[in-house]
Amino acid sequence: MTNWADKELWGWGRYPRVTARCARPERRREVEEALRDRGGEPVLAHGLGRSYGDAALVSGGRVLLTRRLDRLLEFDPETGWLRAEAGVSLEEVIRTFVPRGFFPPVVPGTQFVTLGGALACDIHGKNHHVDGTFADHVRRLELLTAKGEIVVCDADHEPELFWATVGGMGLTGVMLSMEVRLARIDNPYIEMESIRVENLDHFFDVSAESGGHTHTVSWIDCVARGPRMGRGIFMRGRHASSSAAPAGPGVGERLKAAAEPILDVPFDAPGWLLNNVTIRAFNEAYYRKQLKPRTNSVVHYEPFFFPLDFVRDWNRLYGPRGFLQYQLVVPPDPEHRAIRTVLEQITASGMGSFLAVIKEFGERVHGGLSFPAPGVTLALDFPNYGQPLFELLDRLDDVVAEAGGRVYLCKDARLKRAQFRRMYPAWEAWRAVRDAWDPDGVFQSELGRRLGLVPGSQP
Amino acid sequence: MSVLILGATSRIARELANRYAERGQAVFVAARDTDEAERIAADLRVRHGAQAVAGGFDATDFDGHAAFVDDVAAAVGPIDVAVVAFGDMGDGGDDVRRVIEVNFTGAASICEALAAHMAPRGTGCIIGISSVAGDRGRQSNYLYGSAKGGFTLYLQGLRNRLFKQGVHVMTVKLGFVDTRMTFGMETGIPIASPAQVSRAVVAAAERKVDAFYYPHFWRGIMTVIRAVPEKVFKRLSL
Repeated sequence: MTNWADKELWGWGRYPRVTARCARPERRREVEEALRDRGGEPVLAHGLGRSYGDAALVSGGRVLLTRRLDRLLEFDPETGWLRAEAGVSLEEVIRTFVPRGFFPPVVPGTQFVTLGGALACDIHGKNHHVDGTFADHVRRLELLTAKGEIVVCDADHEPELFWATVGGMGLTGVMLSMEVRLARIDNPYIEMESIRVENLDHFFDVSAESGGHTHTVSWIDCVARGPRMGRGIFMRGRHASSSAAPAGPGVGERLKAAAEPILDVPFDAPGWLLNNVTIRAFNEAYYRKQLKPRTNSVVHYEPFFFPLDFVRDWNRLYGPRGFLQYQLVVPPDPEHRAIRTVLEQITASGMGSFLAVIKEFGERVHGGLSFPAPGVTLALDFPNYGQPLFELLDRLDDVVAEAGGRVYLCKDARLKRAQFRRMYPAWEAWRAVRDAWDPDGVFQSELGRRLGLVPGSQP
Repeated sequence: MSVLILGATSRIARELANRYAERGQAVFVAARDTDEAERIAADLRVRHGAQAVAGGFDATDFDGHAAFVDDVAAAVGPIDVAVVAFGDMGDGGDDVRRVIEVNFTGAASICEALAAHMAPRGTGCIIGISSVAGDRGRQSNYLYGSAKGGFTLYLQGLRNRLFKQGVHVMTVKLGFVDTRMTFGMETGIPIASPAQVSRAVVAAAERKVDAFYYPHFWRGIMTVIRAVPEKVFKRLSL
């Protein structure tokens, strides 16, 4: 018998919040059991809850918390192939394999995501222009489907189900395990170059000449206007070669220290803490941090890949109303009109973003609901200002859809269905595959219902 | 040096297996569900590069316990540390016999077999995972509690018997730990993580602690609970 407990759940943005009956299987057969014991209600897997909006939430349904399905099953040190259960976190993979000279092939801005979440969102990282998305490094997947069968899918067997699960936001089944190929590294360090960029054109110039770097990302000040619009700091780097890494006994120590966050936000900050004034001040200070036009350094992977992970629960700084992240990608455009319009609309609205990140994607596309596409991606965090913010984001959707772009579903809590369909024209083909495996809509989420991705969604 | 973990599919047991494997010790993980035991052994091998072997173990197969201990020793070498971590809360029906047989009879039976294995070598450590539920009978879980209370008493006697033979017996009385058992429970009391428990248990075993509560504050709680006169206690809804 499955032990169900009512729990209030939320995504990383802490908006919205939904109560669901949850189970936390620890053994494989408990997952199958929970699917059978769902009492006719819809089901959704929920990992570390790092998607921002409502992708991992389902009201009136059953949630399977997957964090305890976390066994590493097989590893081949010759090739880097790791077979592991879907509830394993990237943090565990890193902690286990960095000392042996391996790193996950693709990591997002936090290491606190599960492998299942990484594939369900088809995450990308700073190396997208070179290495593609997470799914490009996964060759096989074990999925528990709506009928209660365990289906192993890969390029040869049920490839459609495999590719519908990639970026499929958990709506095709419950992932049990997968095979992912880790990348070889010499040490835990990154050779990094930081470049101060004066404006948007400068950003694109630097980006164009950064193809030789495996990892690129930029922070931009989205408060600055006019000729300074798009000013920021461009960071590019690569895993350090053995000669470039700092030597000495500190290396092992530093690795151990990386396991636990250093700071904690033990309670919700008051709602006014991150306001226009503090956001402006933060952006100014962050820009001023880069005094020289260019600096070179060798840094540990943690501050490079996961600069915010050292503050546990930093999302609580946004106060009890939470925050929304908005991430878009628009196709290449020599004039960068859509990006300019988006930045102008944001500065005109007076609603600042605390952290804005911009990067050019590579060419690889996966179809279905996978987000990355050739062009430039921009990610923005907004305190939950309520209605005015939702109206601003609706306007940004227009700009993005008009430009042939799309927003990232794993960040989303509010996109409207009509806009979604413009942004993801492959949605119907994706849904046909999904429905074939789950005609009755056993797997549902708030996001799936909102965007019309599952049977029984409100029209 | 080898370690036997009995009831390895519980989260506490798995964390204990992690602690020993990360120290480079050979671990035998035993559970009724052999598929799960194999997955846990695989994890120990991949995660820690440890020697880890999985095998089936049935707490109520009393007659098979001596042979089981021999099999473990054949697979990973003489057993230096054995952790009795299996348990069965029952599901409230007519499972009196099962709860007693798993938590008490089965636990005592395997401990006897382990004692017979360790005593002639004059070394070894048996760690019994018991429960605060065994300190006083309460209407909500007295069946499980009485089996665990019996196990606590059994471990006391075994410790006394094996002390002179160089074998250490440690009793761990656990309060609320974040496991399947407590998932969804409104405890109102801080709850320990299985990893914390494992670190505390390994450290205590090294110092040859006889018996301890974890989290430690449970010692205070249980002192108070035991002190309540029965005339009053029987009226409470605990």
